[in-house]
Amino acid sequence: MGLLTFRGGIHPYDGKELSKSHPIEQYLPQGEMVYPLSQHIGAPAVPAVAKGDHVLVGQKIADAGGFVSAAIHSSVSGTVKGIESRLNATGSMVNCIIIENDQKYDAVEFTPAKLEDLSKEEILKRIQAGGVVGMGGAGFPTHVKLAPKDPSKIEYVLVNGAECEPYLTSDYRRMLEEPEKIIEGLRVMLKLFDHAKGFICIEDNKPDCVAKLQELVKNESRMEVKEVKTKYPQGGERCLIYATTGREINSTMLPADVGCVVDNVDTVVAVYQAVLLGMPVMSRIVTVTGDGIQQPRNFTVLTGTCMEELINAAGGLKNNAAKVISGGPMMGFALYQLNVPCTKTTSAFLCMQEDPVSQAQETACINCGRCVSVCPGHVLPARLATFAQHGDMEAFQKFDGMECCECGCCSYICPAKRPLTQSIKSMRKMVLASRRKK
Amino acid sequence: MEHMLNVSSNPHVRDKMTTGRIMQLVVIALLPTTLFGVWNFGLHALLVILVSVGSSVLFEWLYDHFMHKPNTITDFSAVVTGLLLGLNMPPNIPLWIPVLGSAVAIIIVKQLFGGLGQNFMNPALAGRCFLMISFAGKMTNFSVGENYKGVVDAVTGATPLAALKAQGFVESSVPVKNLFLGNIQGTIGETSALAILIGAVILLVFKVIDLKVPLTYIGSFAVFVILYMLFSGMGFDGNYLLSHLFGGGLMLGAWFMATDYVTTPITPKGQIVYGCILGIVTAVFRLFGGSAEGVSYAIIFCNLLVPIIERFTRPVAFGKGGKKA
Repeated sequence: MGLLTFRGGIHPYDGKELSKSHPIEQYLPQGEMVYPLSQHIGAPAVPAVAKGDHVLVGQKIADAGGFVSAAIHSSVSGTVKGIESRLNATGSMVNCIIIENDQKYDAVEFTPAKLEDLSKEEILKRIQAGGVVGMGGAGFPTHVKLAPKDPSKIEYVLVNGAECEPYLTSDYRRMLEEPEKIIEGLRVMLKLFDHAKGFICIEDNKPDCVAKLQELVKNESRMEVKEVKTKYPQGGERCLIYATTGREINSTMLPADVGCVVDNVDTVVAVYQAVLLGMPVMSRIVTVTGDGIQQPRNFTVLTGTCMEELINAAGGLKNNAAKVISGGPMMGFALYQLNVPCTKTTSAFLCMQEDPVSQAQETACINCGRCVSVCPGHVLPARLATFAQHGDMEAFQKFDGMECCECGCCSYICPAKRPLTQSIKSMRKMVLASRRKK
Repeated sequence: MEHMLNVSSNPHVRDKMTTGRIMQLVVIALLPTTLFGVWNFGLHALLVILVSVGSSVLFEWLYDHFMHKPNTITDFSAVVTGLLLGLNMPPNIPLWIPVLGSAVAIIIVKQLFGGLGQNFMNPALAGRCFLMISFAGKMTNFSVGENYKGVVDAVTGATPLAALKAQGFVESSVPVKNLFLGNIQGTIGETSALAILIGAVILLVFKVIDLKVPLTYIGSFAVFVILYMLFSGMGFDGNYLLSHLFGGGLMLGAWFMATDYVTTPITPKGQIVYGCILGIVTAVFRLFGGSAEGVSYAIIFCNLLVPIIERFTRPVAFGKGGKKA
């Protein structure tokens, strides 16, 4: 059998050797903690504390702002300094709760539970209470994802350990160092879906993780490790579902429509902690890497930690660092300031000595079709970008512009160095905005 | 902050391949057949090629300069156009002819329609066809000089393809082996199927082209010729078929000119349709048309079909029409 894969995709330089051999280290923050109220998809959270309040580790500091929203918990003990607008990693200003860390780490009492004693409703409640969101980057509230209309129709729970973004090694280290937690988290999720099988999906560039998890699922009748081909964007939801189950979803469908639920390995671990240990999301693994940083590292980071501290903990930027990216090089956000907080969805800080984007000279499209051949959405990026530049919303939609998943393959491969993804992304935003108006 | 950081939209990495590099690879891939042509026909062939390339680049520069546009000669596309035009010239053509051809190719076909990426037909071939119509005598005079290393057709003294057209394959014609190696009469760059295939391998290895267009083109052409042989009562004749495949401009056209990005459909299915139509049109022109050659006209004719082919071969977006479970 050939390796599980999809049509399209690219093979960029993966840079993982910079940080993959560094075990996860706990980093304890020094400065103030910043908790954005919006670190998930959906309504912003609503503050549950006020200036001057004393908070403990694990205390809820903001309530979910609706069903599609998530609570936020303090990761330190200390005093609330205020609630104010701060810059976050995506470049926008977001209301944040600021907490002065007293360095004591006095914690609230967590209430562990046994999976046998919990009903499905209780499991979902504990996930919701823990503020668990998709930690692969999107930040979709997990309790919503795990509560589809008809749970009995879910056939596959996919644990996304592909980590197809170049440079990132946080999921890799997680799978290598704490694979038991992933198995336990998956066990919790499988309890929600009576007819589902659990697939742990890992790219074949991580054979050590595959071997480790295969050993652990040996006696699990409902779990399987699926080795998928190393190719970006293998870890994209649509590509992963197709590669492992042969099912296709488009932009208007949810994975549940084809009987699938997809969650990142870090999310699965968060589910484990929230349900079995009673601990909310207060930390995550962040890779600090790239050729622009002195000592690439993998850290366990408390949410709310300032990114500048992490950069310093990794030896600081090299003098000629040109670009710092929150996330991976394909889908991450370039930062112009380093004082942004780590959130539940921060997977990495990538520091690059060279910025190929600013060095690239944009030239005319020569119709070579490379963008078409790499597009996992099977659309025509070159044409869509032209429509976007002409502001032709109608043609853009007719040519399936809304099926673009913004993975960035087209911009990466374009020999004329045209910013195809950027044009298409902007147009997609305009189309979505105009649809909301109607 | 003392340290200024670059900011841009994702993705933040880029492939190393650039337009200029693609064009350079095409030039490199054309070198085997260029060198062979010069060896086969003598130094005048080299002059023709140099004049053709030089004038193409010059016209590109002049146009950019006088239209106050950024200089585009560094993308090497004018070099490719000039080289292809030169390779499509008879070896003993007067030197002013390629200059005129370059002017038509670069200024009229390419720049007046918007420059690189906007030309609706292959500039080099359009230039050649313009010359074929305007100076038919000179463009079809394949007489060779004293430095010529190949064989002259014992029967007619014409190119093997013209001989084939006039009397079918006869034993006294040029052997197929010569057609493959290329020591025959013809335009400078089209004679050696072997040299062209070496270039094609270079293009394939560096992923400049894929097999879709060339294979469907050559394949559908071969099928049509076989059907023609069977239905015209000639019976299957392997030598006739191979003479058609290796003679004339088919190899150069299929690997280097039908694969021109700008004038080829961007859709994968469209490329297959385009290749099939090309093969059939070429065969029709060659077997039923007035002249022995058909590749150049077939390609520029099919270039015009590209927009309509693209319209009907748009790929189905991923997950479109997917059933909800």
